[in-house]
Amino acid sequence: MVSICFYFQVHQPMRLRKYQVFDIGKSKQYYDNDKNKAIIEKVARKCYLPTNKLMLDLIHRTDGKFKIAYSITGIAMEQFEQFQPNVIDSFQELCDTGNVEFLNETYYHSLSYLYSKQEFREQVEKHRKAIQSLFKQTPKVFRNTELIYNNELANTIEKLGYTGILAEGVDHILGWKSPNFLYSPVTTNKIKVMLKNYRLSDDIAFRFSDRGWQEWPLNVEKYCQWVNAVNGCGHTVNLFMDYETFGEHQWEDTGIFKFMEHLPFEHLRNSDNDFKTPSEVIASYPAMDKIDIHNPISWADIERDLSAWLGNRMQQSAAHKIYEIEKEVKSSNDPGIMEDWRRMQTSDHFYYMCTKWFNDGDVHKYFNPYDSPYDGFIAFMNVLQDILSRIKQKNLNTTILQTA
Amino acid sequence: MRVLMFGWEFPPYNSGGLGTACHGLTRGLVNQGVDVTFVIPKALGELKQSHVNLLVADQFKKGLKIKELDSILVPYTTTKGYNEKLKTLKGTGANSGNSVYGQNLYQEVFRYSEKARHIAKKEKFDIIHCHDWMTYPAGIKVKEVSGKPLVLHIHATEFDRTGDHPNQIIYEIEKEGFECADKICAVSNFTKQRVVNHYGINPDKVEVVHNAVEFTEPPNEERLHISPTDKVVLFLGRITIQKGPEYFLYAAKKVLEVEKNVKFVVVGNGDMEHFMIEKAADLGIADKVIFAGFLRGKDIDRAYRMADLYVMPSISEPFGITPLESMRNGTPVLISKQSGVSEVISHCLKVDFWDIHELANKIVAVLQYSELHHCLKEHGSMEVTKFNWNEPAGKCINVYNKLLGVT
Repeated sequence: MVSICFYFQVHQPMRLRKYQVFDIGKSKQYYDNDKNKAIIEKVARKCYLPTNKLMLDLIHRTDGKFKIAYSITGIAMEQFEQFQPNVIDSFQELCDTGNVEFLNETYYHSLSYLYSKQEFREQVEKHRKAIQSLFKQTPKVFRNTELIYNNELANTIEKLGYTGILAEGVDHILGWKSPNFLYSPVTTNKIKVMLKNYRLSDDIAFRFSDRGWQEWPLNVEKYCQWVNAVNGCGHTVNLFMDYETFGEHQWEDTGIFKFMEHLPFEHLRNSDNDFKTPSEVIASYPAMDKIDIHNPISWADIERDLSAWLGNRMQQSAAHKIYEIEKEVKSSNDPGIMEDWRRMQTSDHFYYMCTKWFNDGDVHKYFNPYDSPYDGFIAFMNVLQDILSRIKQKNLNTTILQTA
Repeated sequence: MRVLMFGWEFPPYNSGGLGTACHGLTRGLVNQGVDVTFVIPKALGELKQSHVNLLVADQFKKGLKIKELDSILVPYTTTKGYNEKLKTLKGTGANSGNSVYGQNLYQEVFRYSEKARHIAKKEKFDIIHCHDWMTYPAGIKVKEVSGKPLVLHIHATEFDRTGDHPNQIIYEIEKEGFECADKICAVSNFTKQRVVNHYGINPDKVEVVHNAVEFTEPPNEERLHISPTDKVVLFLGRITIQKGPEYFLYAAKKVLEVEKNVKFVVVGNGDMEHFMIEKAADLGIADKVIFAGFLRGKDIDRAYRMADLYVMPSISEPFGITPLESMRNGTPVLISKQSGVSEVISHCLKVDFWDIHELANKIVAVLQYSELHHCLKEHGSMEVTKFNWNEPAGKCINVYNKLLGVT
């Protein structure tokens, strides 16, 4: 038998406006609210609302055999609540079926794990509480931003009490191993790692509408044959992808919704097959082997490393500078400063500064609200300067109050 | 394939990008087996020097011929400039009492085209290719005489040169040329759009042939500094309305509000030079703006290498080769979006020329954020090596072949 484990990533950054050097010290309006609102509304219309409806429908029509998981970032949830609250309602409706698991990640979709363990834990905690309050679930499985993963992270996450963690099934790490089994990190005791089957995931997420692909057009019969071929050499096919695949990355006219509508029934035609949530996969299957991943991996670009966010000097410097001021931010005791500082940690800001133009660079360009990575860096650094000046001002005011 | 080409200037006797572009293009054509006869107005006085030697020293002895026509046309001239030149000639007696030259610029352009007719009778060629308005009447005449297809190359239109206040006569010469041409080559989409919008030309008739730039010597790594504390922001180009020099000053004023240790260096000359000097004083930044005058050759490279940022705020730049020269010298560039070159480079900063705030914002960013300067410099100097004149020449050859029915 083969299980399919679907996990969809739901995320929208708070995009910055073109904040200029002349705004520093004068304006706290960092975000492009019009653009953020417009994007939330557009993606809700094209993806979130119709896809949630489809998923709900599939759960009912399969008598609860169809199961899925989501990870929704904190800042995406905030923006839904602000601009399009019915998206939250539709996720809650899905949650009520009992067939949907919500995963835990950093609230701000940040790279904090790489820079500050303390900040990382606080953001994970904040996200956990948000999930509990919205969906009345306590997450047991963790996924880090962009599936960034290494041994040390697995350690940290195990200590926080999670039973499972997600990672990319990177070829050069796996070698002869299959992503279709569970593994246990060399440095931990109990936690299990679930690896993304990137071929079968990307067939849907990236190649589905690619007319140059030899398998185009992809139909469910062919796709489910590939899944069934795992039978005997794997337990689970982990299909991890951005939720925006449906209707936004792959437009409706590519037939992506029709494909998804038929997939569960085709998969379940083989009565041994099923769908499982990540927690169920972890409870059902043993770890087959140890896995040793020292250097961080991710699911981004062809390199599957950190170079999409930290590949050039601008990115490294911006990230370094934002985490460098953690102490000052926290000791300023100012919730406004804290919130803006954390929103600036969202990995997308660093992604926009990426200068890898070729191959994967096209993807970067497509998702970039700026004309160039340089413009992204300038806006980011200017905002950072303003946050610094606010901290200074706040400290000055505190000193004056204390001496008065 | 034999091409009879008409231009105004050819290196080293050029005052702008046109001569450089003609030089590069002809080199690319000759490399690909095209024979080019290049006709230029016979330059007088200091300009009348050893073209032949130049050619011998240069690589294309074979395939390229230079023909000179007796004329005092010089590029980027105005009616006023022409009249002054004519007066000087009369004063020296070089042309006393004898009206060899036209009474005004336009007459001279037509006199030049009459002479071109004679050349056309003597030369053997398959295609006529003309560069910019002064040569268009010549092209039209030669087409009449020979019946050969006419290609017009646009490096700049009258709208670019005058900041949207065209001289009607020149505009009409251009428009007639575009209408008579069998095919038009524009140096950018930006320029193509102008030809379509301002001259009513069918877009299908216009082919975009981006300029290139080729560097034969390795880049010079030596950096120069004018001051241990001050950073340098550079303007380099003709000081004319087309190049937007006043936007450079307005931006400088804004930059100085937040960043004191900067010098703004203006290299070049032109009819707005005095205006600029007075403007700098009016804005109260005269001590921060240095006018370095007109530079040539190695001095230009030194100017780039002295600067932390090169700014090209042109209000209308059909192509614009200077940013590429700056990148080659390892100096980041900030260019206006109203330029052809912005269509072909990524590793630079771009603004609308009128957006003084954003211009200043980006200047400050490059001066303050060293990582930004570093990435622009590293990626920019790599990017600029991708250009090659064989590519635009290849596009011209395709145009020729289509016109001649060669497949």
